[in-house]
Amino acid sequence: MSGRDSGVHEELMELAAKQAALGEVRGAVAADPVNEPMIRHWLDAMGDTNPAYLANGVAPPAMAQVWTMPGLGPRQQTPVDEIMSALNAAGFTGVVATNCEHTYHRPLRVGERVTAATRFTELKGPKTTALGEGYFATWTVTWYAGDDPVAEMLFRVLKFRPKERKKPYPLKPAINQDTAFFWEGVKQGELRIQRCGDCGELRHPPGPLCPSCRSANRDHIVAAGLGTVYSFVVHHHPPVPGKKTPFVVAVVELQEGVRIVGNIVDCPVEDVGIGMELRVTYSSMDDELTLPLWAPREP
Amino acid sequence: MRTLTEGQVEIGSVLPELSIDLTPTLIVSTALATMDFTPVHHDVEGARAQGSKDIFLNILTTMGLVERYVTDWIGPEAVIKRINVKLGVPAYAGDRLTFTGTVVECDEGEYTVEVRGKVSLGDHATAAVAFRLPSPADGTAAP
Repeated sequence: MSGRDSGVHEELMELAAKQAALGEVRGAVAADPVNEPMIRHWLDAMGDTNPAYLANGVAPPAMAQVWTMPGLGPRQQTPVDEIMSALNAAGFTGVVATNCEHTYHRPLRVGERVTAATRFTELKGPKTTALGEGYFATWTVTWYAGDDPVAEMLFRVLKFRPKERKKPYPLKPAINQDTAFFWEGVKQGELRIQRCGDCGELRHPPGPLCPSCRSANRDHIVAAGLGTVYSFVVHHHPPVPGKKTPFVVAVVELQEGVRIVGNIVDCPVEDVGIGMELRVTYSSMDDELTLPLWAPREP
Repeated sequence: MRTLTEGQVEIGSVLPELSIDLTPTLIVSTALATMDFTPVHHDVEGARAQGSKDIFLNILTTMGLVERYVTDWIGPEAVIKRINVKLGVPAYAGDRLTFTGTVVECDEGEYTVEVRGKVSLGDHATAAVAFRLPSPADGTAAP
């Protein structure tokens, strides 16, 4: 983390401690008492045919939160809101809920009117997640009928900084049934060379049939990723989308005996020559595409 | 609808699978029934503008469907005590939510069912649901 970010971290943690110190903050009483029409509507939408709720005049336990939902009206502020605003301001604008845990002390009866009380409990982070770097914020809500706590909820969200997507690389390889194994290998950092399943001959580029024995059986080996320049051209003009000129397109002869076409990188174009020793390197071009490129082999 | 009794529920009992087609009507009607008017649960364009591929199920509904899945099986007189849900991939309109469940624990009359709700993208919800069966003595659920 940079110095600026660690300052932001301190501020977030301070705010979290302050909000947690507020303890449980009660909201307004629910707009409506627990009532049959809302229960019926809920059961209907859920496809829940349990007759006990309406027969006994109690609400389904999982409805606890419904009674204090704000609807289309303005939302009541809770101790969580300030934390969310601060996380948004710090760039953690993404949000995804990760945990929802309900505990039911007793059923809510028709006619009871509930109040939600919110307690901010914890801010944890920063953590690296699949969605991006973020903080886990946890709070609890207790629903009261009068002074009687009837249900509780723990709720946890991940507030994350959305990963910046790379600009798509304009040149896409043709991936088909014959070549998919090669590109799959590249993603895993393997340079795969097709091999005839019958006579064992290696071949590249991959194809459906063995040029020697005409067999359609095929598998592959993983090449060592070492080769030499067999021939090359330096491209100056015309411009190619996604590439900076001049660049080198080389035919690389692999140790395994087949030749493969690729760009030579990490080397001034004038230093490239026939017989130059190369090693493969994998470069991520955008969020989907990785390309095998060739760099001078270390002496 | 009858409620299962203690002899009929044991560790390892497997709940029948329940598949629910997530039609736009189901997504929208449950969002409204749970009083959740967040646009991503009823407004396709709004959901897409936020990077979702369609409208998706709201969390209150996930909780409600997990509850329904378990009570459909144990019966109306059982009492749900806890529902802990770990939320996974979104459940989009047009997908299908399939619940499976197994009884994994029994502690002094409180049973725990492990529930998985799968959609085409993977696990939408992984849940633990605790319940009590009616006590055989008086026919009412234990506290």
